[in-house]
Amino acid sequence: MHASELITEILRVLAAGLLLISFAMLSGRRTQQLITLFAWQGALLFVSTCLVAYSSGLTEMYYSAALTLLLKVIALPWILHRLIKRLGAQSDSEQLVNVPMTMLAGLVLVIFAFGLAQPISSMATTITRHTLGIALAVILLAFLMMITRRKAVTQVIGFLAMENGLFLAATSATYGMPMVIELGIALDVLVGVFILGIFFFQIREQFDSLDLHNLESLKED
Amino acid sequence: MANTLAVHDLRFMLFLVAAWMMLGFAGFLRPHSTRFVARLLFPTGSLLCLGIALLAGLFLASGQAAQVVVLPLGLPDLPFHIRLDVLSGFFLLLLGVAGTGISTFAAGYFRSGEGTAPALLGLGYHLFLASMAMVILADDAYLFMVAWETMALSSYFLVTSRHRIPEIRRAGFLYLIMAHVGAVCILLSFGVLQGGSWQFTFDAMRAAHFTPFWATTAFLLALLGFGAKAGLVPMHVWLPEAHPAAPSPVSAMMSGLMLKTAIYGMLRISFDLLSVRFWQWGALLLALGLFSALFGAIFAAVQTDMKRLLAYSSIENVGLIFTAIGLSILFETSNMHLFAALALTAALVHSLNHALFKSLLFLTTGSVLHATKQRSLGKLGGLIRRMPWVASLALIGTLSIAGLPPLNGFVSEWLLLQSFLFTPQLPHAFLNMLIPLGAAALALTFALAAYVMVKFYGVIFLGQPREASLVNAHDANWLERLGLIWLAVGCVTIGAFPQLALLAVAPVTGKLIGQTVRLSSTVWWIAPIAREQASYSGLILLAGILSVVAITFICVRLLAHGRIRRTDAWDCGYPWQTSRMQDTAEGFGQPIRHMFGTFFRMDRNLPSPSDTAPRYRVYIEDRLWRAIYLPIARGVQKLADWIGILQGGRLSIYLLYSFLTLLALLVFVL
Repeated sequence: MHASELITEILRVLAAGLLLISFAMLSGRRTQQLITLFAWQGALLFVSTCLVAYSSGLTEMYYSAALTLLLKVIALPWILHRLIKRLGAQSDSEQLVNVPMTMLAGLVLVIFAFGLAQPISSMATTITRHTLGIALAVILLAFLMMITRRKAVTQVIGFLAMENGLFLAATSATYGMPMVIELGIALDVLVGVFILGIFFFQIREQFDSLDLHNLESLKED
Repeated sequence: MANTLAVHDLRFMLFLVAAWMMLGFAGFLRPHSTRFVARLLFPTGSLLCLGIALLAGLFLASGQAAQVVVLPLGLPDLPFHIRLDVLSGFFLLLLGVAGTGISTFAAGYFRSGEGTAPALLGLGYHLFLASMAMVILADDAYLFMVAWETMALSSYFLVTSRHRIPEIRRAGFLYLIMAHVGAVCILLSFGVLQGGSWQFTFDAMRAAHFTPFWATTAFLLALLGFGAKAGLVPMHVWLPEAHPAAPSPVSAMMSGLMLKTAIYGMLRISFDLLSVRFWQWGALLLALGLFSALFGAIFAAVQTDMKRLLAYSSIENVGLIFTAIGLSILFETSNMHLFAALALTAALVHSLNHALFKSLLFLTTGSVLHATKQRSLGKLGGLIRRMPWVASLALIGTLSIAGLPPLNGFVSEWLLLQSFLFTPQLPHAFLNMLIPLGAAALALTFALAAYVMVKFYGVIFLGQPREASLVNAHDANWLERLGLIWLAVGCVTIGAFPQLALLAVAPVTGKLIGQTVRLSSTVWWIAPIAREQASYSGLILLAGILSVVAITFICVRLLAHGRIRRTDAWDCGYPWQTSRMQDTAEGFGQPIRHMFGTFFRMDRNLPSPSDTAPRYRVYIEDRLWRAIYLPIARGVQKLADWIGILQGGRLSIYLLYSFLTLLALLVFVL
């Protein structure tokens, strides 16, 4: 077996792992658990980016991999972890729709994403082109998670998971985005988390809870 | 010398327009200083107006070909095209002449400590002037729309300069809505006019060819858009609200000048950009114009607020101008070019006259407002003794607008009636039966306009003061007087020498219709078609009136002097008289209200017979407001409520919207 074939196989396994983690996040109940899963997702992403960088010989991609490791595996989970500790929000995160229904909807989305990715991946030339469907599925599943959750922290995790999916999509379709854009996005995500953290405190101050249900009263009549 | 100046006319004009903008921004050097802004910047702006008027007059007199400049401003690959031809020259002349008077007056009008900071007023005012000039000079749809919207916005901010009063905010909002609906219609009209070439210069539009259907569509859209700006019924509702809300010089600018840019736009599109015209357009304009004129005159007769009265009178005058344009199109499509030129001359001269006398009257209401703090006619009266300058200059304005010779209002109304006299020669049997009715309506409108002006002048300036505070009223200051005198002199000059106005109009009709009315060679007479048909001499009439007045005066002095005995005796049945005995504004309008009752929706509040302090109140409403605008407003409200359902307030539902949109778009890609 050639080294490149081996790498391709490993990449597929990693991508499958990412999808699995997405489903785990969709069904996960505890916020703490979601953060851990998010960190794992980042780790898998880091490994797969490194492998792609090795096989394609693009040094730039090592930088993005390092960025992923720093930001998504270490920094963000740590920040979120401290945040929920300070807010006392480790408890169960309630779901609007029950878990089996969510999983079913997730399955439909995965099928949809694969169907969508078929024509695109047949045009791509990268070795990771087959993971494009998974990347799209990760994005859609993260979005679904944002819709079905009620707590503010979970929404942020969903948002970050979506960014992971976008990153994967970029790597699998075109060997990543240009470095400048990558840096910009990384910075945006970091700043976004900071701002949302401030919002959490404000929301809790105002409503004594992080339940987004309370925000409904802001609607104009 | 004059010719070398005229060669560079357009460049000088652009320089002056830029100077206006700079003046506007210069106010921010000392934003709160009324002395700096009003006493320095406004007079400078007035000189710039005079410059524009002189340049435009020179251009018209020199009879040159159109001048073109392309400014490398605006979007990339979409430069501003600017063109000065006779039509824009005439309207710039109008803008400059009336603007000079208004700016001079404004210099004396704005006082410190009133509403908006002087610098903001100065900015809005000068941007308003500059944008009107750019609307007239624009030679592509892009620049035209930019200038048009700048004009709408700057005037909106001027109207709402006393924005702390809720009614003024409401009036401003209504004006803004109508201005934008109109602008959308004009934009669509330009969209049709480019005719598939996607070139938005006016040159490309002139070259385009249209089927009758598309030409009519463009014309109707332009009519909607420019009609909304001009205040043509039924798009007039903003006008009686916005004009009283604005400070008086701004009302004068809006009524005297801004309405004329709409007339300009209408003429530019229907006579210049569209190469074909149909007689039905003329009939439509004629009907709309006549109805507006009659409607405006009737409503003006029953108003009790002096500025609202003038606003309705503006609707009437715009109606007259549109009537003349309609007649001109009718004649032109029937190949009667001389008569078409006559009707168009009437429209243009009336535009110029209206700019002069309506500005004059709006400015005098400003002086009255400053002197008495009253806008309601029911609380004024007898001001001729306190404000002799304003009263005598306002008299000239009222006589002009009432269409009395030898002032300028008579000239244009005479021209319009003259052109009506030739309609029996039109080749449309049905129209020939209807147009005499229109002429009758026109005569009724003229009579009503005179009635309105008697009311306006009589209630404000004559009789006894209706309020004790009016005794302290003071006359206008010298800058205000100067502005009023300038406009009054304009009214008298055109009245006595209508040849001047005809000379200014002749190149325009020559360009648009290919024919000019006959210009009599003498300074004494004008005879637009032929001497045997009709002729008019303002100068002789003026001399006659003056000599009759002088002779009467001398005779009375010589014969009756010293033989007056003062005695009370029966005192003609008036032993004493109070201001409560005079006819009120409501009373004066009552017969009209009675006769044309179907036009109004009245709410009368009659006191009971046993009431010791009886008050009679009547509220008059426009039927069209309930018939057209309220249903539209309700429809929009209903639609908004429907869309409001989307705003459930739940974050997950909002996310679901984005999610579903994303999926739908992805499916679409698939």
